[in-house]
Amino acid sequence: MTVAGMNGAGPGPIGRGASVTLSDLEKTYDRTSAAAKAVDGVSLDIRSGEFLTLLGPSGSGKTTTLMMIAGFETPTAGDIAIDGKSVVAMPPYRRNIGMVFQNYALFPHLTVEENVGFPLKQRGVPKAERAKLVAEALELVHLPGYGARYPRQLSGGQQQRVAVARAVVFKPRLLLMDEPLGALDKQLRENLQLEMRRLHADLGITFIYVTHDQEEALTMSDRIAVMNDGKVAQVGSPEDLYDRPDNRFVAGFIGESNFLPAVVRGLEDDVVVAECEGTLIRALCPGRPASGERVTLTTRPERLRFADGTWAGTEPPQNRMSVTVTEAVFAGERCRYMLRAGDGTSIVLKEPSSAAIRRRAVGERAEIAWSVADTILV
Amino acid sequence: MSEVVQPASLALAVSRPKTAPFDWRRAVPLLLAAPLLVYMLVFYALPVAAMLLRSVNDPSWTLANYAILFEDVVFQKTFWITINTSVTVTLGCLILGYPVAMGLVRAKSMAPFILVIILLPFWTSVLVRSYAWMVLLGRHGLVNEALIALGMIERPIRILNTPLATQIAMIHILLPYMILPIANALRQIDPSLIRAASGLGATPFMTFRQVILPLSMSGMAAGTLLTFVLALGFYITPAMVGGPRDITLSMLIAQQVDQLNWAYAATLSAVLLATALAILAMARKLPGVGNAFKTSMR
Amino acid sequence: MRLMRILPASIVSLILFFLAFPIVVVAIVSFSSATYLTFPPPAFGLRWYEAFFSNPDWLKPTWVSIWVACAVVVLATFLGTLAALGIARLPKALRVVAAGLILSPLIVPGIVVAIGIYYAYSRYGLVGTPIAMVLAHTCLAVPFVVTSVTASLSGIDPRLEQAALSLGATPGATFFQVTLPLIQPGVLVGALFAFITSFDELIVALFISGTGAVTLPRRMWDDLRFQIDPTIAAVSTLTIVLTAALMGAAHFLRKRAEQNRMATSSAAP
Repeated sequence: MTVAGMNGAGPGPIGRGASVTLSDLEKTYDRTSAAAKAVDGVSLDIRSGEFLTLLGPSGSGKTTTLMMIAGFETPTAGDIAIDGKSVVAMPPYRRNIGMVFQNYALFPHLTVEENVGFPLKQRGVPKAERAKLVAEALELVHLPGYGARYPRQLSGGQQQRVAVARAVVFKPRLLLMDEPLGALDKQLRENLQLEMRRLHADLGITFIYVTHDQEEALTMSDRIAVMNDGKVAQVGSPEDLYDRPDNRFVAGFIGESNFLPAVVRGLEDDVVVAECEGTLIRALCPGRPASGERVTLTTRPERLRFADGTWAGTEPPQNRMSVTVTEAVFAGERCRYMLRAGDGTSIVLKEPSSAAIRRRAVGERAEIAWSVADTILV
Repeated sequence: MSEVVQPASLALAVSRPKTAPFDWRRAVPLLLAAPLLVYMLVFYALPVAAMLLRSVNDPSWTLANYAILFEDVVFQKTFWITINTSVTVTLGCLILGYPVAMGLVRAKSMAPFILVIILLPFWTSVLVRSYAWMVLLGRHGLVNEALIALGMIERPIRILNTPLATQIAMIHILLPYMILPIANALRQIDPSLIRAASGLGATPFMTFRQVILPLSMSGMAAGTLLTFVLALGFYITPAMVGGPRDITLSMLIAQQVDQLNWAYAATLSAVLLATALAILAMARKLPGVGNAFKTSMR
Repeated sequence: MRLMRILPASIVSLILFFLAFPIVVVAIVSFSSATYLTFPPPAFGLRWYEAFFSNPDWLKPTWVSIWVACAVVVLATFLGTLAALGIARLPKALRVVAAGLILSPLIVPGIVVAIGIYYAYSRYGLVGTPIAMVLAHTCLAVPFVVTSVTASLSGIDPRLEQAALSLGATPGATFFQVTLPLIQPGVLVGALFAFITSFDELIVALFISGTGAVTLPRRMWDDLRFQIDPTIAAVSTLTIVLTAALMGAAHFLRKRAEQNRMATSSAAP
C-alpha cells in the first residue's frame, strides 16, 4: 500500500494531489436507438493523492468516464469537481490534468525532448527552465539522455515512459491513465506496474487509472471502482473487492468464483445459514435476508479444500459438501478440479500442487470444506 | 492527368473522433470548406450544369433532344463504338494486367523495379503516351519495320488510324489502373492459405483457380470498373491514333461544340455522364469494391 | 516443371516490355540526329532539344504551362487543404454532399467538364486568358489535394490532438504545432499532384486556351496535327522526366510519412 496514497486522505485541496468528485455523472450518445447510456449515474469521491483504478470490461463506461474528467467528452448530466470546483464547462487545455493515452500519443514529428517540453512551452516556461524540468522528468522515468531521439526510435516501453514524463513534467495534481500498459508484453507490463506505483509514491499526486485487466488493478491500486454497464458496481480496496464482493458481477469479474444457489434458513448474528445441496452452509452477509429467500453464495476456488486432508493446526472449516470429481487438471503450481455437487451444480477447486498431496481421480467421491469467512452471500 | 480518376475518395470515409471537443466550433468546419465549395460551384459545377441544361431547354423546355437519339443513326453508331472500344480495352487490360499484378506481388527483389515500370507510364501524360504510339504504329514506324524485317509482311500495313491502334494505345494507358487494384487484392491474401492449399495436395493450377482467383475477385471488379469508366470518356487517344471514321462519344461531342451545336452536344454529354455514373453506382453495390478502390490508388 | 517456372516470368516480362517500350522509344527518338522520324536513329545528337530551346513557339507555351501550373498549385493547395480540414469534421450528410461536389471532376468525363467550362467561360470573355486556365485547372487539381490531405488527416491518431489539448495547448496551438506538421507531407503531395494535373492537362486547354494562353500540351497537339517531327519527342521526354521526378518525390514523401506513422503507432506490440 502506498504511503502517500493512504495518508494523504480526505477530500479537499490538502497535499500534492487533487481530489476529484463525480456526482451522478451521465453520458448518453445521441444514437437513433433507445438512449443507451454509456455512463449511467456514476458517483465517486477520489481522495487527494489516491491511486484509483476504474476497472471494467470494454463498454462498461470506464474510458468515457475518464474522457469526461479530461474534458474530451461533455457529460449529459451530473457534475465533475476537482478540488471542489466544477470543471464541466472548462475546456481540456485549461484543466491542468496530466494524461497518459493508450498507445501513448507521442507526437511523431517531435523529439523526446520536445515532446516532454510541449506542455511547458504551452505554459510559456522559458527555454532554460524548460530544459531543466525536461531533464528532471526524463530522470524520473529512467530515460536520461534520450532527449534527442524521435519516438519511432524507442521501444514500446520507452515510449510509454516518455508519455508519463510528458504528462507529469508540468506538475499536474491529477494524472489520468487510459490503459497505458495495454500494448506491452506481460513481462514488461509487470515491471512497469511496479514503476507506476513507485512514481505514484514519489509524486504524491492523484492517479486515476483505467484498465480492463483485473490483475493490474489489484496490484497497483489503493482503491478500485469496478464498472459495469455504465454504473459503478463496487468501490473498495483490492482486498475488499476480492474477499467481500458486493454482487455477482464483481465476484465473477475479479478472480474466479463459484456460485452456489441456496435458500435462506436462518440468521446467526451477521452470518446467514442457507441450505445448499441439502446441506447447511454458513455465509457472511451484509444485509438481512428473509428466511426462505433464494440467494446465491459465492466462494473462491482456492479457498476450498478436500475435507480428508489435514488442517495444519487450525480448526477444520465449518462448511462442508459432498461432491464427485468430474475433471482433474494438473497446471504446474496447482491442481484444478471440476466437481459436481448432488444436483449438478459445478464447483471449481484449486489446490496447491505438492508431491505429498494425493491427486484425485475423475469419478472419485469426496467431501470438500471451506470456512465461513470465505463464503459471501451476493 | 486529367483522365486520372480516384473514385475511392468519393466516399471520403474519414471519420473523426466522436469526441467533438467544443460546441462553439461547430461552424468552423463549414467555414473551412465553404471557400472551395463556392469555388467549385462557380467555376465548375454551375458551368457544367448550365451546359447540360441546353439539352432540355433549347429552344424551349423539351425532352425532344433525347427522344431523337432513338432514331439517330450517328449517335447509335458512335455509342456502340464507344462501348465496344471500352469493353475490348477493359478485357485486354484484364488479361494483360492480371499476370503483371501477380508478378508484382510474387516478386521479391524485383518488385521495386516492376513497380517503376508500371508507374512510369502511369505518370506520363496521355498526350505523350498517345504520341509514342503514333511513333510506333506509323507507316514507317517501328512495328511495321519489325514485321517487314521478320518477313511477316511485305509492305507496310496500316495500323495507325485504325480501331486497333486506339485499342492498343488505350490498353497501354489504362493497364496500370487494372494492375494496381488487382495487386492490392492479391497482396491481402494470407500466404498461409496458399501454403495450406498446396499442403492439402492442390496443384499450383488448382490453388490458383480455387484460392487465389476467388480471393482476388474484388480487385478484379474494381480494376474492371475503373478501367471501363475511364475508357468511356477517352478523347485524346482515339482522336490521335484512331481511325477517322471510328468516332467515340467524346469526339462526337467535341465536333458538335465546334459546330456550335450546343443542344446536341449537351444531350450527348448527359448520356455519356449518365452512363459513367450508372456504372459507378452499380460498382458501389459490389462487396469489397469500395475498399479495393480506396487503397489501390495510394 | 522448368517450363512452368519460366513461362509466367516471360509473359510478365513481355507485358512489362509493352508498358515501358513506347516511352523508351520516345526518349531514344528525341536524341536522334535524323531530320525525320526514324527508328533506330542513324546517330545521336541533341539537335531536337536545341530546336526546342531555341524556338519561341515552343518556349512561350512552356512558360505559360509553368506559370499556370504554379498558380494552380497555390490556389488548389490553399483551398483544398482548408476544405479537407473542414470536410473531415462536417456532419456525415453534409460531408457526403461536399465530397461529392469536390471529387466529381475525377469521374465526370473530361470532355463534359471541358465543354461545360468552355460554355460558361466564353460568356464572360474568359476564353483565351491564362486566368481562365488557372480557374479551370484548379477545379481539376483540387480533388487530388483534398484526397491527399484527407488521407494524411485520417492517418493522424485523434489521440494526438487530444494529447496536445490535455497538455495545455489551445485549439489554435494544437492545429499549428501538431495537426499541421503531421499533414504537411499530405499537403506537399497534393501540391505536386496539382502541378502535374495542370501541367499535363489537354482537353480543357483545347477548348479554352484560345490563342492567348496556349499551353505546352496544346502546342504539342497542334503540332501533331501537321507533322510528327522529333521536337515533340524531345518535349515529351522533358515532360516525362519532369513528371516522373515530381511523382517520384510524391511517392517518396508518402512512403516516408507512412513509415513514420507505422513506427510510432505500432512500436508498442
